[in-house]
Amino acid sequence: MSTETRGPTWQLPKGTRKSNTALNDGGTPSLFGTVVKIVLLGLMSAAMVFAIMILIGNEDYLFAGIVAVATLLVNWVYLRRGSLPAKYLAPGLIFMAVFQVYVVGYSGYIAFTNYGSMHNSDKDDAINALLLNGQTRIAGEPVYPLTVVTDDAGELNFLVTITDESGATQVKVAADGEVLQQVTPTEFNSFGAAKAAEGYTEMPFREIAAIQEEVVRAKLYLSDDPESYFLMTPDASQAVVFGPRLDYNQASDTMTRVEDGKVFFDSGEGSYRSADGEELAPGWRVEVGLLNFERAFTDPGIREPLIRVTIWTFAFAILSVISTFILGLGLALLFNDAKLRGQRWYRVAMVLPYAFPGFLSAFVWRALYNKDYGFINVVLFGGAEIPWLTDEFLVKISILLVNLWLGFPYMFLITTGALQSIPSDLMESARIDGASAWQQLRLIKLPLLLVSVAPLLITSFAFNFNNFSLIYLLSGGGPKDFDATINVGHSDILISMVYKIAFSTGEGRDFGLASAFSILIFFIVGTISYFSFRRTKTLEDVN
Amino acid sequence: MDELSKEELKAYKEAKSLLTDERRLSFGRWLRKKGWKHLVGWVMVVYSIFPIVYVISGSFANADQFTSTLFSSFTTQNYVDLFEDPYRPFANWFVNTLFISGTAAIGSVFLSALAAYAFSRLRFTGRRAGLLTLILVQMFPQLLALVAIYALLVNIGNVFPFLGIGSQLALIMVYLGGALGANTYLMYGFFNTIPKELDEAAKIDGATHTQIFYGIILRLAAPILAVIGLLAFIGTSSDFVLANIILTKPESKTLAVGLYMYVSDQFGQRWTIFAAGAVLAAVPIVALFLYLQKYIVSGLTGGAVKG
Repeated sequence: MSTETRGPTWQLPKGTRKSNTALNDGGTPSLFGTVVKIVLLGLMSAAMVFAIMILIGNEDYLFAGIVAVATLLVNWVYLRRGSLPAKYLAPGLIFMAVFQVYVVGYSGYIAFTNYGSMHNSDKDDAINALLLNGQTRIAGEPVYPLTVVTDDAGELNFLVTITDESGATQVKVAADGEVLQQVTPTEFNSFGAAKAAEGYTEMPFREIAAIQEEVVRAKLYLSDDPESYFLMTPDASQAVVFGPRLDYNQASDTMTRVEDGKVFFDSGEGSYRSADGEELAPGWRVEVGLLNFERAFTDPGIREPLIRVTIWTFAFAILSVISTFILGLGLALLFNDAKLRGQRWYRVAMVLPYAFPGFLSAFVWRALYNKDYGFINVVLFGGAEIPWLTDEFLVKISILLVNLWLGFPYMFLITTGALQSIPSDLMESARIDGASAWQQLRLIKLPLLLVSVAPLLITSFAFNFNNFSLIYLLSGGGPKDFDATINVGHSDILISMVYKIAFSTGEGRDFGLASAFSILIFFIVGTISYFSFRRTKTLEDVN
Repeated sequence: MDELSKEELKAYKEAKSLLTDERRLSFGRWLRKKGWKHLVGWVMVVYSIFPIVYVISGSFANADQFTSTLFSSFTTQNYVDLFEDPYRPFANWFVNTLFISGTAAIGSVFLSALAAYAFSRLRFTGRRAGLLTLILVQMFPQLLALVAIYALLVNIGNVFPFLGIGSQLALIMVYLGGALGANTYLMYGFFNTIPKELDEAAKIDGATHTQIFYGIILRLAAPILAVIGLLAFIGTSSDFVLANIILTKPESKTLAVGLYMYVSDQFGQRWTIFAAGAVLAAVPIVALFLYLQKYIVSGLTGGAVKG
């Protein structure tokens, strides 16, 4: 009887590398595991092939290529024997590569474009949008009488009596978006305009009022050329001739405005621009080089707020760390006393602000600070109308006070932990040597404390540096700075300014400029982390 | 058995209190020695819990008398109204938050555990560099790239509409992108404390690497993984900015984004309803936090900062 061995057959290692990996892939994979693996890989590959086909359809060959290579790579990693580390790292790395590393690079790219709500597509789309949206009343064209009618099915239609230059009249009818068709009129009013036609009856005024918006928006085309003139009715009794505001000349790549004959040329910066600098919107996406950075540092309407916001960001982060640390440390010294009655309950109460969800805290304080209804003004200040969140100086104090409330429990917890880890014999010998309480604190406790707490202070600084939620949800960055040409307020920090430039609904979205500012924050954060890394020992722990 | 006489007992107690420093102090001395600490303690308690008490009081107040005094009126109408507003579907937000944060937390724990297993148990070139990269990546929060994340999702939405802007799955994917940076290093430390002899023994018995991972490492680290997962849950459920730019429809929003609609609108009219929503949203998080407090405190000294 032959003896069959399952699993790895142990041999003498041929080289040192082999012995290392041999331990890694012991055992035989189970059938179940293999089936699951094949099914998952198959599903993923199918989805990716679908994506590649769509990308090729969109003529986006670069991304099609990247997706294809990534898909092949993943299949290769999971189908071959070995390369164990890659099998375990791939899922997390893929997500990290796309949503944390790639997006940083992509920010860098967007910073060099004019991407934004006014420049969000390619040139052909922009030309179409300009021709379709830029509509204007054509001067010199006559106004025709119009009647709002319903057809036999009750659908909304418009009856127009058109008189041409020779004085001949035609009665035509159309629904919204359709071409006017000739009909036989059945009834005229005293001015000779048709009120009804075969199959169409006048709509009572009461009903027109109810669908006013639909009536005013309706477009009745004069011919089936989509760029032709069309009729619209501002008052449900007159038809006015509208046409594209702009005339596009393909040969010279210029736009001519119909009403005043002004000519707009491709400016090379993603828009059509006239000789005197007037620009048509929307434009299209182009790379603009350093323009966004140039704007940030030379346009005073951007530069001034940027400098102010940067200073306030640093001041906010530093003052937040200092104030929370001092209060937290003071309380830790006070309550690090096992003999104090109720110490446990004090601790629980003081940790509550930290346990309460941060976004809700910002909302609640926003209500407490409210100028007209807030508890602070109404009750604590007896009805005074103090503008806690709308005065450009007070708002900063208010924010720091809220962040003190939010942050002191954290400092209290970490300093309590650090204090308890100071060896008691050190304190005892200090007492025996006759050190006063102040000397014990200053010469022994604080230096020892700072060794363990300093890295956490830097982390806390970095966290507050980008504390978007607090600023945006508490004050919205307000009050607004009216000297600036961008949407920015007096309590904005860098990250909330980036958000407002990119996503505020009121003004246009400017992704390019916002990304340029993000790159700036990256450099600041990077510099801070570099110095904090050099000071801490985290890196030495890695082995 | 000897009974102590009254005098003896008194003398004994006095001697004991002298020895253990538990004498009754005169009020002045008590105030100087201990009392001021209680005074500070009470001030801090009021400072800490007042805003929270204020919300709770507001949630039970009549809509027109919520500022003047705490608990001046009592009604549960706000909690009823909260669930009956079709434009602000609170119940949906609650479920969405549970779904999005829950899925993201489980997913990110799983992805990080896979990576941490590789770093802790396998030896490969680029291992040290990989760990250093993770620590570096951790320093740059995802929200710095929010413009690019938005633009990327617009592009992905052109290929797969169900993963574009407005999709909860897209938001979960973005959260998963931050998973490796946030948790792997922490988990790597925990996995290192599980003795290697265990998996070597299993290997000799013929176990595959997946059996070791699921059967030994994940089992032994389960409590720690649960804590990390719950912390990740608390963190993502408080996220405002990414959820706000990605989720567009009212019924697909999370609590953080949805409740902002109450606050950004006219303040006075809906404050009491908002307060009811805030109480319901905060209760599970605060309960979780207090339950996990001792792990959080030890995690704090490891450098975690709550969002």
